[in-house]
Amino acid sequence: MLDLSNITKVFYPGTVNEKTALENINLHVNKGDIICVIGSNGSGKSTLFNLISGTYPVTNGKIIFDEVDITSSPEYRRAMTIGRIFQDPTKGTAANMSIEDNMITAMTKGMKGLQISLNNEKRELFSQLLEPIGMENRLKDNVGLLSGGQRQALTLLMTVMSKPKMLLLDEHTAALDPRNAQIVMGLTERYIKEYDLTALMVTHNMQFAIDFGNRLIMMDEGSIILDVSGEQKSSLTVEELVRRFKNLRKKNFDNDEGLLTD
Amino acid sequence: MLEGIFVDGLIFSLMVIGILISYRILDIADLTCDGSVATGAAVATMAIVAGLPIFVALLLSFLAGVVAGMVTAAIHNKLKIPGLLAGILTMTMLYSINLRILGNKANVPLLRVETLYSKLPEAFQFLSPEWASLVGTLLVVLFVKVLIDIFFRTDLGVSLGALGGNEQMVISQGINPEVLKLIGLGLSNGLIALSGGLLAQYQGFADANLGIGMVVQGLAAIMLGEFLFSTNRISLLTLRAIFGAIIYKALMFFGRKYGYLVNITPNDFKLLTGILVIVSLFVAQTRNAASTAGAKKKAIARSQAKNMSDKEDATNA
Repeated sequence: MLDLSNITKVFYPGTVNEKTALENINLHVNKGDIICVIGSNGSGKSTLFNLISGTYPVTNGKIIFDEVDITSSPEYRRAMTIGRIFQDPTKGTAANMSIEDNMITAMTKGMKGLQISLNNEKRELFSQLLEPIGMENRLKDNVGLLSGGQRQALTLLMTVMSKPKMLLLDEHTAALDPRNAQIVMGLTERYIKEYDLTALMVTHNMQFAIDFGNRLIMMDEGSIILDVSGEQKSSLTVEELVRRFKNLRKKNFDNDEGLLTD
Repeated sequence: MLEGIFVDGLIFSLMVIGILISYRILDIADLTCDGSVATGAAVATMAIVAGLPIFVALLLSFLAGVVAGMVTAAIHNKLKIPGLLAGILTMTMLYSINLRILGNKANVPLLRVETLYSKLPEAFQFLSPEWASLVGTLLVVLFVKVLIDIFFRTDLGVSLGALGGNEQMVISQGINPEVLKLIGLGLSNGLIALSGGLLAQYQGFADANLGIGMVVQGLAAIMLGEFLFSTNRISLLTLRAIFGAIIYKALMFFGRKYGYLVNITPNDFKLLTGILVIVSLFVAQTRNAASTAGAKKKAIARSQAKNMSDKEDATNA
């Protein structure tokens, strides 16, 4: 479904700040894959997501999505089929508008026309969709009034209701308290099943990365250093992950262990 | 006499709605306005002088404004410079273009030609000429206001509102924000130019310097309106803009009429308008500070009451 070949990203090329964030990444994502991406800060996880969603152009390499070369297509066009949720709960919704206005904007992707789609039939549908997250009576409320957890749940709902083919989850529960994180994560699992989505998810929780999804990728210093799936993945333990990380990088793990919590 | 304030305010209100769209809804500080209002006046005047029907003249001035706004948006989009700078560039270029439109004259009068304000008294003969002008302008403004209200209820209009709130969200919905900015700034400046087209007919001439300081006047009107009531509904936002515009014009009218008593001349009006904006911002800020202080007072009272009752509980026990 998604094919990254020889992806390299260099920031600020030709300046003293030049930094190679990703080096020759090759990744093939199959339809239905649910991939957890782990790695310490600065390992290139977010850059990888930014390149897939088109926030930055790649320095070198090719991105093929559904047999179409999207390497140079702009972010808004990729967003038609790739849904992305950020760590920051304020990024996915417009705080100055009501929940129903946010939802009507998310319902169909792409440029909008002069029709007025928001009617009572749609409101009824939105109420039903909002019921699992307990906001069915708040259609007219401004999104700015919602808590971070509620906003992230709404963002998730808005992202899946437009039926993307792929979901990019960039630590989307990291800014939430444990209870809300659990709720949003539960919804994520439910929607992925319900809408039969392919997903890539960044997480810092290694145990979770082992339990969730069918494939695990570990990144370090701009490269994918581990890619396991199926049986191999489910038999992993956190200790085993840490040991393999040490072996692969042959470096002192003291500094990174704190970032990769279990 | 007083009808004049309302006609003036209503014409001005179309411009204020335009500025409302760019500043408040799209959250882009657009200075194109200073140029596009004069463009609207120039285009309408030259069209009427050339013998075109008034409706066509106003339509042309609206379209000229749309083009001006789109130029600003295009500069902003393609060169990735702030909207503020893009607006200043367009505004400056428009000054020369406006002189060209006016046939290289700084001022073109609308003498011995039919304008909206010579026709309105004919159309409403049962009213005095002043009231006829007022009723006619009110109808035009209400017509435009209702169209704008409906536009911002459409899917496209809602996505424009989303753009002002969160550009990333708009991108995530597969919408090209550059196209939205073209539409939004186009519409905004179209209304501003339309206001200029009406103003030229009302005052009887088009002037290349008409636009100087218009943005600040528009902002002053928006802020005056915002003191009236708070709302998030587009129909009330535009209504508030209209009220703000009329209040602003009334203030200026009384400034002209009684200002000489304190030695204020029309030359001081730009200064006064600027001060009005600063004062409005200051009042809004003090209001916030006052509510915060009020909340603090209540919190102190609550904690004191709690301490007292805790002590009582302790003594009782």
